[in-house]
Amino acid sequence: MAKVLVVTSGKGGVGKTTTTAALGAALAQRGDKVVVVDFDVGLRNLDLVMGAERRVVFDLINVVQGVAKLPQALIKDKRLENLWLLPASQTRDKDALTEEGVGKVIADLRSRFDWVICDSPAGIERGASMAMRFADEAVIVTNPEVSSVRDSDRIIGMLDSKTVRAEKGERVEKHILITRYDPSRAARGEMLTIEDILEILATPLLGIIPESQDVLRASNVGTPVTLSNAEGAPARAYIDAARRLCGDTVPMQVPTERKGFMDRLLRRRAA
Amino acid sequence: MSMGLLRLLRGNKASAPVARERLQILLAHERGLRGQPDLLGVLREEILAVVSRHVTLDPTKVIVRLDRGDEVSTLEVDIEVPNDFERKRAAVG
Repeated sequence: MAKVLVVTSGKGGVGKTTTTAALGAALAQRGDKVVVVDFDVGLRNLDLVMGAERRVVFDLINVVQGVAKLPQALIKDKRLENLWLLPASQTRDKDALTEEGVGKVIADLRSRFDWVICDSPAGIERGASMAMRFADEAVIVTNPEVSSVRDSDRIIGMLDSKTVRAEKGERVEKHILITRYDPSRAARGEMLTIEDILEILATPLLGIIPESQDVLRASNVGTPVTLSNAEGAPARAYIDAARRLCGDTVPMQVPTERKGFMDRLLRRRAA
Repeated sequence: MSMGLLRLLRGNKASAPVARERLQILLAHERGLRGQPDLLGVLREEILAVVSRHVTLDPTKVIVRLDRGDEVSTLEVDIEVPNDFERKRAAVG
C-alpha cells in the first residue's frame, strides 16, 4: 500500500528539503519505490538539493493543469534505481495548485510508488495546505528553538483539522523530527532538550538529526546527505528515521561525529 | 576553564528552562483560540451592519482592535465617517 508522507514545519529554514531528500534516498535504498514531490511553487529547491536542477523539463503545475503527463514530468535519480523527483514550477505561483488537480496527481502517484513524499513550503498558506491535504503521515521538522516549536504546534493543529483524513474522522500519523540538535548545548541548559520539545508538542519522536557540516556539504554538491557521507552522523540519523517509518524498532540515539585520526584521514580521502 | 565555571563568573543562568516555560504558557493560550470563530472579525461585521443602517460607510474604514492587558482588556472601535453624512441624512429625511 502506497503511503503519502508530508514533510512540513511551518517555519522556514529548519530542514524540510534536506529531510525530504535524505528520507527519500534512505527509503529508496531499502528497496522501496519512492517519489519526492516539491510543493514549493515559485521557490523550488528540491531539484537543487537532489542534484537534478538541469534535468527539469515539466513540473507539478504542468501535470496538475494537464499540460504534461505524469511520466513526462518525473525525473529519475541518477544514483538510485528506485528514486524519482517531481519538481515544482519556478515561474508560476501557488494559486495554480487546485485541490482537485493535486488530488488527481497524488492518486496517480499512489498507484506507481510505495512512498510519495511531499516537501511542503514554509508558512501555512495554499502551498503548505495542499502539500499536507492528502497525507497519510506527517514528519514535522522542528529545531530546538522557540519559534520553530511554536510553528510546529500550529502545523500539528492543521494536520488534525485541515487534511482529508482529519475531515473523514481519521488520523494523520504524526512524527516529530528534531534537526540541528546540539547535545552539548542542551546538556548545558542552553538549548531546549528532546524531552522538553516532545512534552510541549505531545507527538512521538521519529529521530534526532545532530547539527553537522555534512548537511551543507551535501546540498553544495546536490546529493542527499544519506548518500554523500553515509557514515556521517546526520546520515545515520536519517537512515534510522527511515527504518522507523517502515515500522522497524530502532533504539533512539543522537549519532555523533566520529573524530578519530583514522576517520578524519579516511573522510578526507573519501571527499 | 570549564563552561560551568565560565557561566558562574558571567552570572549566566541556563536559558532553556525559560524557553520551555514561555512556550508552555503561549501554546496553552493559542490552542484555546484554535477552532474558535474569529471574534474580532465577527464583531467588525456586526458593528458595520448596525452603523450602516444609519450612515453610509466605507467598510475599509472600520477598524476593531483588541488589546489584552493583565487586569482588563480594551476593545477599540475606530469608524471613519464621511463629513457630509448629516447633510445627506437631512436631504433624505
